[in-house]
Amino acid sequence: MSAKNTFTIGGIHPDKHKITSHCPTVDAGLPEIAYIPVKQHIGSPAKILVKKGDKVKVGTLLADADGIVSADVHSSVSGEVLKVEAIEGEFGYLEDMITIKVEGDEWEESIDRSPDIIRDIPFTPDEIIAKIRGAGIVGMGGAGYPTPVKTKVPEGKKAECLIVNGIECEPYLTADDRLMVEKAEQIIIGAKILNKALGIQNAIIAIDENKPDAIAVMKKLTRSYVGVNVRVLKTKYPQGAEKQLIEAITGREVPSGKLPIDVGCIVQNVGTVNAVYEAVMKNKPLFERIVTVSGNAAETPANFRVRIGTPASFLISKVHGKPEEIGKIIFGGPMMGTSAVNIDAPITKLTSGILLLHDDKSYKPEESVCIRCGKCVEVCPVGLMPFAISCAMRERDYAEAAKLHVLDCIECGSCAYTCPAKIPLLDYCKLGKYELKKQK
Amino acid sequence: MLKISTAPHMNSPQTTRSIMRDVIIALLPAAAAAVLFFGVGALKVMVTAVAGCVVFEYLICRYLLKIPATTDNLSAVVTGLLLAFNLPSNMPAWIILIGCFVAVGIAKMAFGGLGKNVFNPALVGRVFLFISFPVQMTSWPKPEFLNFLNLDASTAATPLGILKHLDTGSSAAALSGSVQELPQYWQMLVGYTGGCLGEVSALALLAGFAYLLWRRIIGWHIPFFYIATVFLFNAVIWLSTGDIRAEPVMQILSGGLFLGAIFMATDYVTTPMTRNGQILFAVGCGLLTVIIRRYSVYPEGVSFAILIMNAFVPLIDRFCVPRVFGTRRN
Repeated sequence: MSAKNTFTIGGIHPDKHKITSHCPTVDAGLPEIAYIPVKQHIGSPAKILVKKGDKVKVGTLLADADGIVSADVHSSVSGEVLKVEAIEGEFGYLEDMITIKVEGDEWEESIDRSPDIIRDIPFTPDEIIAKIRGAGIVGMGGAGYPTPVKTKVPEGKKAECLIVNGIECEPYLTADDRLMVEKAEQIIIGAKILNKALGIQNAIIAIDENKPDAIAVMKKLTRSYVGVNVRVLKTKYPQGAEKQLIEAITGREVPSGKLPIDVGCIVQNVGTVNAVYEAVMKNKPLFERIVTVSGNAAETPANFRVRIGTPASFLISKVHGKPEEIGKIIFGGPMMGTSAVNIDAPITKLTSGILLLHDDKSYKPEESVCIRCGKCVEVCPVGLMPFAISCAMRERDYAEAAKLHVLDCIECGSCAYTCPAKIPLLDYCKLGKYELKKQK
Repeated sequence: MLKISTAPHMNSPQTTRSIMRDVIIALLPAAAAAVLFFGVGALKVMVTAVAGCVVFEYLICRYLLKIPATTDNLSAVVTGLLLAFNLPSNMPAWIILIGCFVAVGIAKMAFGGLGKNVFNPALVGRVFLFISFPVQMTSWPKPEFLNFLNLDASTAATPLGILKHLDTGSSAAALSGSVQELPQYWQMLVGYTGGCLGEVSALALLAGFAYLLWRRIIGWHIPFFYIATVFLFNAVIWLSTGDIRAEPVMQILSGGLFLGAIFMATDYVTTPMTRNGQILFAVGCGLLTVIIRRYSVYPEGVSFAILIMNAFVPLIDRFCVPRVFGTRRN
């Protein structure tokens, strides 16, 4: 495998704004009411198992995975189910959610709550995958692909290397950074567990050079683990994107339309790997995660350990965000995150951050004409021509957009970020992907 | 009330206006050199050209197209400065204004304004004047350092003009006499030679180039490949024929090559958008420049070379596309 400092094609260097990288994770506490969506992953929604009036504990299975590409959903709090119905999610669309009134904090007895780190892995690969499935683990970097599916190598394919993604290239976000500093050994053991399930010996923990604390801790601890190594990469956005990360580390390009496993790689976010450790060694389902709450309208930005289902408004009050100053609330990072409609929308397994943007930073800059500067072509990490795609889409010429490889777009937003004319290039690319997928 | 928008929620601070402002800043060293060598005349030409371009664009927007004026993106200022840089310092104002009208009115706004024009507006303006007013366009005041009024300055030939009229068939004595008229390399580097306002000082233009690179406005590719092509093509001719007119250092330092390569052949709108396309474009400009300088009736070929290559840009953009990630044959 050839070593590289960073991925080859394109990329940008937006301001980092990593204000919270030295803020230790604090427990956000329990909300009064938790709203737990039954679909927090790619695939079919889980089948609801509870009904109004049921008593649940922390870790109780609320909804069962429906099919292979789906994931279990567990309760993150103890209390009484108030209702099971569709309510407004972060985008204002109705989503099926289980609303629980929080009473006390009673956990299922099966969960090992001791702080001891367990290092021996007595389980077989099938047992590991079953435990991951039973814990409802999905890709926590934002994609939400069910982890057990990714952990089972398809027939005819061969896994060679597990890449643990600790890049966190989005500005502001520091949840993965803090997790690596605070749960380094758990992540390393998690990587060993996944390796065992995949039947391979080699794991690489990839970290951007702008996280010196995480690098130091990881380098120190990996010395006592054979087959787990740290690789430090030069900071560039979007290095955390799966295919770009694989290319940066191995020099291999995942062919257009194929999966990482086609070049022998499996990429898992550090949060996911930590969840795997907790599920396999501690019997703990995925019901909490670290969320960075930051942004220029947050008075006291922080990293919180948050129960899934906690309303965003609960966290916003914790960082003393003043509602009258907040112009925009973003779920995720500023590059790829989505702006929320509903301030009470819940944190899900995929929410890495909540950003509060000041009102004057909340407006899209005014669009002007393309001056053909070619910067969008220069920064696109996929080698696309975003300006050409935008022209094709304005003409509704989907065939032309397809010829321009719009379906390979990873939606990183580098083009739209860079464009001096402030043309919403990413919107055109997303629209093209949407229309082409609809036609299929 | 929460605002809703699509990602990304951050944008680079660079805007069309800030880019144009940076180009103007990059042109200032050459503007200063022009005033140092050609005096107040140079200043008058620059002010007239900038004012002419801005006013024409404003009037066309407001009264002809009836749209909000686009002058605040500063592109008209850049066009005006570049047009001025392509004129001699004793140019009458009325001729400059005709050049402004052709540049902004015809080459730019008639095509749909900034971003839509096929040809570099300043170069169209220059070539129009060059063909229409050949006498005024080719009388070059002699540079006089710090003699600001420079009113009754005599005229001087440009190095390329001297080279063009070198008759290699004449006697050795006559030949060496003409060669001695040629300025030294250092004079051509600082700009102490006859020529248009902005083209004479290679050093000032290079300072502007460094600024543009530092601000990431342009890449190094187009200027480098353009100048390198002119250098290499001439070197081949020089070494194979011994023709002193093709002496490569003299060739790259003279005429509008640095101005053209750094500021005109890098104009976003009229050049290719991909890296490979830009290199192809630059090499084409270099080859045409040498061919025109050597084989045409004109001593200088930079303007024509860039304009001709401008016409090829849609074709180049069509064929020079970047390789899409994941399409490499492993």
